[in-house]
Amino acid sequence: MNVIWAIASVVLKEMIRRKDFYVLFVITALITLVMGSVNIFNDKSIAGYLKELCLLLIWICSLVIAISTTARQLYAEKENRTIFPLLAKPVSRAQLLLGKFLGCWIASGLALLLFYVFLAVIAGSREHHWPIGSYFTAFVLHWGALAVVVALALLGSIIFAAPSSNMTICFIVAMGIIWIEPHLNTVAVATKGVLGSLMYAIYFIVPRVDWAFSIRELLVFDNPLPGFAVSGGALLFYAGYTALVLTAAWLLFRRRALHT
Amino acid sequence: MHMQPILKIENLRVEYRSKEVGQDTKVALKDLNLSVFPGETFGFLGPNGAGKTTTMNVLLGFVNATSGDAYLFGQNVREPIARQRIGYLPELTYYYKFLTAEELLRFYARIFNIPKNEREKRIDTVLKLVELDHARTRQIKTYSKGMQQRVGLAQALINDPDLLIFDEPTSGLDPIGRMKVREIIQRLKNEGKTVFFSSHELGEVETICDRVGILYQGELKREGRVTDIVSEFNCDLEQAFLRIIGYTPGGATASTPLLHSQAA
Repeated sequence: MNVIWAIASVVLKEMIRRKDFYVLFVITALITLVMGSVNIFNDKSIAGYLKELCLLLIWICSLVIAISTTARQLYAEKENRTIFPLLAKPVSRAQLLLGKFLGCWIASGLALLLFYVFLAVIAGSREHHWPIGSYFTAFVLHWGALAVVVALALLGSIIFAAPSSNMTICFIVAMGIIWIEPHLNTVAVATKGVLGSLMYAIYFIVPRVDWAFSIRELLVFDNPLPGFAVSGGALLFYAGYTALVLTAAWLLFRRRALHT
Repeated sequence: MHMQPILKIENLRVEYRSKEVGQDTKVALKDLNLSVFPGETFGFLGPNGAGKTTTMNVLLGFVNATSGDAYLFGQNVREPIARQRIGYLPELTYYYKFLTAEELLRFYARIFNIPKNEREKRIDTVLKLVELDHARTRQIKTYSKGMQQRVGLAQALINDPDLLIFDEPTSGLDPIGRMKVREIIQRLKNEGKTVFFSSHELGEVETICDRVGILYQGELKREGRVTDIVSEFNCDLEQAFLRIIGYTPGGATASTPLLHSQAA
């Protein structure tokens, strides 16, 4: 475990010392701040819509951070050749993958926490009520969904030849899941034959990142959030899916030749 | 008493499958057998493309052998634990340049599970040994090439290894940098460490090494004590090396003009 934490801590240090994360955070913070202070005809419900836009922005930024941080990890290790002195030490490839995953996931979580705290402060100061529990549940589910995204990006970095193609494909897949997945079931029911079965298969195979995404709507309109059992079940699903994807990544990476 | 080898290679064969359709596989190593014993400095020699780096890649677990096996301290190199007591210095400096030397060494020390109190002492010792104590809090990206190579040496020594694997440790360094690295290797040798290193600097090998192995086109052409090889051929190691690999001065290129005349 010490080895995995050590690798994860280097990923975190790299992210802290890179400037692109701060740029993204400042842009999101500024947009949130500006939108949070908008006042149209003193309409009270406007705060809900602004919150929705801000949450959408947070989702997009968190996906960008998670995917871009993860997708380049193994490429950078190979391109800068830092993987060689690292694997020349008693480090297994499984530990390397887990360390990278953990580092990227924690880094994404830290960025996400900052975004949510910022949003809670802005929205709270506007609405004068502080649903901390709801924000916390939304944050935890969002972070859980990001674990799947980070694992997929890590798997992609073993499959695809370039980080840019990996990033693009991962982003399209994540966005596709968020927007198409909730409607896939309805379409599958209406479609007959092989295509319908195929759609059903996709519906059950793809990770349900959209569950966490849909929490957004509950938060916006101050509806009660799912209880402990439902949230816990979703988190267990994300954990299981993440483990599955990481196992696939390890199976592909464990015997792959690395040439100095 | 019969001494057990620290590094043992048995019938090691590595083939690379060609990516081009219809092309044969390339044999990088042909049934290599080699043993390195505790306390000796072993020079692994050969021209470019001979298979030295491939051998090191197998020893360090980067590449899998097609057949045969390699062992470090009796453990198969496929097991990460086999690398617990080794230090590896790559040919060029491949380190996280956003870290300081101190942070990099702390990271590698954590990988080796060195206890926290011992970790800091060990970092101090190796940084002093490679004369980088003054620059320990600077990011590696601000270092000169020689300094980066010395960070490399420091990371290779962080776990106080019993076996050091150096891949052309003085390549690309200026004379002073080369001398410093050579002094450190000599010092490690005097401390009884086993050193396995590849180099094209045959003068350096002749001075430092006890034994050498000469690899050519994936085959081990010769293995033995430096003094024995030098006295057998009655010349310096460089000349002996060229004769062993069958190089004839001017042979292949003598009849070919250096520049083709465009006018002709």
